[in-house]
Amino acid sequence: MPHIALPDELPGISSAFAFRPETAAPMRELAHVLLHEPNSLSGGERELIATYVSSLNECFFCQTSHGAAAACHLGSSETVKQVRTDFEHAPISEKLKRLLVIAGQVQSSGKNVTPSAVRAAREQGATDMEIHDTVLIAAAFCMYNRYVDGLATMQPRDESMYAQMGSHLARNGYRTPSVLQAPGVVLTPDAP
Amino acid sequence: MAHIRLPEGLQGIRAAMAFRPETAKPLNDLVEVLLHAPNSLTPGERELIATYVSSQNDCYFCQTVHGAIAAAHLDGDEDLVRCVKTDFLNAGISEKLKALLGIAGKVQKGGKLVTSADVEAARKGGATDVEIHDTVLIAAAFCMYNRYVDGLDTWQPHDEELYRQRGKKTAKEGYVTMSKEYLPQQEHTTQGA
Repeated sequence: MPHIALPDELPGISSAFAFRPETAAPMRELAHVLLHEPNSLSGGERELIATYVSSLNECFFCQTSHGAAAACHLGSSETVKQVRTDFEHAPISEKLKRLLVIAGQVQSSGKNVTPSAVRAAREQGATDMEIHDTVLIAAAFCMYNRYVDGLATMQPRDESMYAQMGSHLARNGYRTPSVLQAPGVVLTPDAP
Repeated sequence: MAHIRLPEGLQGIRAAMAFRPETAKPLNDLVEVLLHAPNSLTPGERELIATYVSSQNDCYFCQTVHGAIAAAHLDGDEDLVRCVKTDFLNAGISEKLKALLGIAGKVQKGGKLVTSADVEAARKGGATDVEIHDTVLIAAAFCMYNRYVDGLDTWQPHDEELYRQRGKKTAKEGYVTMSKEYLPQQEHTTQGA
């Protein structure tokens, strides 16, 4: 059960967004700019960074929904699985591997990012903007993950719900809700 | 030196925000709602939560500037801010805020560490659901801001007076207004030709 009275028909971050629309608006906008707006990193690459960090933070809801969005962009859920467990051997570019190293350093602490990790990313063609966005995506998911788990939101294990969310996120981005109701939830009239 | 080429002369998050105004906007909008907009938690209380989490994350820029903003809200009481950072259980703050700082400290380490007992203790101190929500989100958000500032290795001069002055101004004007000091402003259409 969530730590506070969140709307119980909504899963994960959607319930927290509905509870507090004032903070939801900039949080949605930030994710939209970072993951969905045009960028020299593809939507799939950026969703993989988000998925990888969420998996390091062990946030089920975020790693599953962003993993589904990444799979939708890439047309392969196998690649997503491999990036989470062993990205060095995944079928992704050397540049993305080096950016994932930076993202993993940010996940443990901003201070852990090393000049040599940044140099390695640059050697594979990463631009300053791409390094910036990688750092901020990783940092932002250290927020989203803690928000989702820190409130103990409901996180259904039903994979089909996440596949649906993922395809909405990959197509439409983050400005609008990706899920209107969790599966299996029967809406009851408001309590008095 | 910063990991990427950031605009020169801007400290901490300002340089990163000026480098990427598209993400600076929602980042400033979020902190404005969390720390400056009207709330049943005072701005001083919310800035203390932000300062405490930033100090747990060992981010010099964030803990110093938010500590200065907190002090500005708290009649210049820098000793109280210092005490909250090092030993909040013995600081001169309400039992409610102590319980909320306990929750914030858990969030800083990992969202899953927050227990029902932590939340119960905050409720006993009189915390509402929105206050608990905002505490969790302030703590989570500073786990982002701190990593952003340190992850790019931004310039963080150790100059207490600079932060003290900026703290006073930010406490009064808020984050969105202050961002006009360092974000490129959209040109007025009347200035064309």
